[in-house]
Amino acid sequence: MIALALVGHSGELLGALRAMVAQAAPTVPVAIAGGTAAGTLGTSSPRILEVLRAALLASDGEGVVVLFDLGSAVLALEIALEELPEDERARIAVSDGPLVEGAVRAAVEAAGGATLAQVRAVADAERTTAKLPPDWPGRPGGGAARP
Amino acid sequence: MTDDLLVRWLTLACARVATARELLTDLDAAIGDGDHGINLDRGFRELQRRIESGLLGGDEAGAVLEGAGRALISTVGGASGALYGRGFQRAGAALLGPVGAERTQRDGRSREERAVIAFGAAVGAIIALGRASTGEKTMLDALVPACAAFEAAVGAGALLAVAARRAAEAAEAGAEATVPLVATKGRASYLGERSIGHLDPGAVSSALLLRALADAAAEE
Repeated sequence: MIALALVGHSGELLGALRAMVAQAAPTVPVAIAGGTAAGTLGTSSPRILEVLRAALLASDGEGVVVLFDLGSAVLALEIALEELPEDERARIAVSDGPLVEGAVRAAVEAAGGATLAQVRAVADAERTTAKLPPDWPGRPGGGAARP
Repeated sequence: MTDDLLVRWLTLACARVATARELLTDLDAAIGDGDHGINLDRGFRELQRRIESGLLGGDEAGAVLEGAGRALISTVGGASGALYGRGFQRAGAALLGPVGAERTQRDGRSREERAVIAFGAAVGAIIALGRASTGEKTMLDALVPACAAFEAAVGAGALLAVAARRAAEAAEAGAEATVPLVATKGRASYLGERSIGHLDPGAVSSALLLRALADAAAEE
């Protein structure tokens, strides 16, 4: 089964997100790399690297979809990915989707036995999936303001 | 660059970062997430520890720079750690080069020429990782003009101490020139036009690191 790796600035935030994901898809392996080695808010390439490897193992080598939060997360993630051998990197797909919605959506997809590309695609699609209903007042691209 | 100067530079840089910790953090609090000084200080303390314990990768300048980069990447925890760390790593890799002919050829260069290669590799790596350019209110506004000034000075036959001083001056001018800029990268970009009127903390820390290099080289 495809595993998820969540990368961000806070272990607490990612731990809570993992609990949300587990409610929706308890069988999907979810590894988290949140915060620095010193325990502060921030990102850490060595931790991300460990977590990517652990997630790959947990997926039995099938693959890992990564979701990440803001700022330095993408920089630290890129450095970590470059440390991996090509065959492992090829089984890691980084999603540009929003962290919370993307993780939950991806996990549900993974639990259904989807491929790496499929899981990543649904996480990515959350970027453009509206959360407000179409008739919500003032919603960009829809919904007139309530009189 | 001799390893002696390299280690003296890094040691001085660690001390300067520690001194500037509050300043850098205050600058970052104004337009970012207020941790630049704290993060860099943590990284440079670890770098200092590795220098003192002789963990920094042998006698070759390239290995020392790579080791310094690894120390910063593992401990800083913000974008600055990834960017500076990657810069140091690539500077080191450029000096080490592939083993064989190229290595021998590089070893035949003057230390000024080797420093130009390393500096250029560092700035190129930071541009590549950050997908940034000058004018975006980042460390590159200090580093790019500094690298150009350094290369021009070496090209004109200047010794390392002179070239490093030119680089520090260009970096300081570049950092000052970030004040009127709108940030388009990093957390400061969330502020949009409200980032105008503030120094960029990354440009200030870059200038500080290059001033440390100039001062370390001037002692020779």
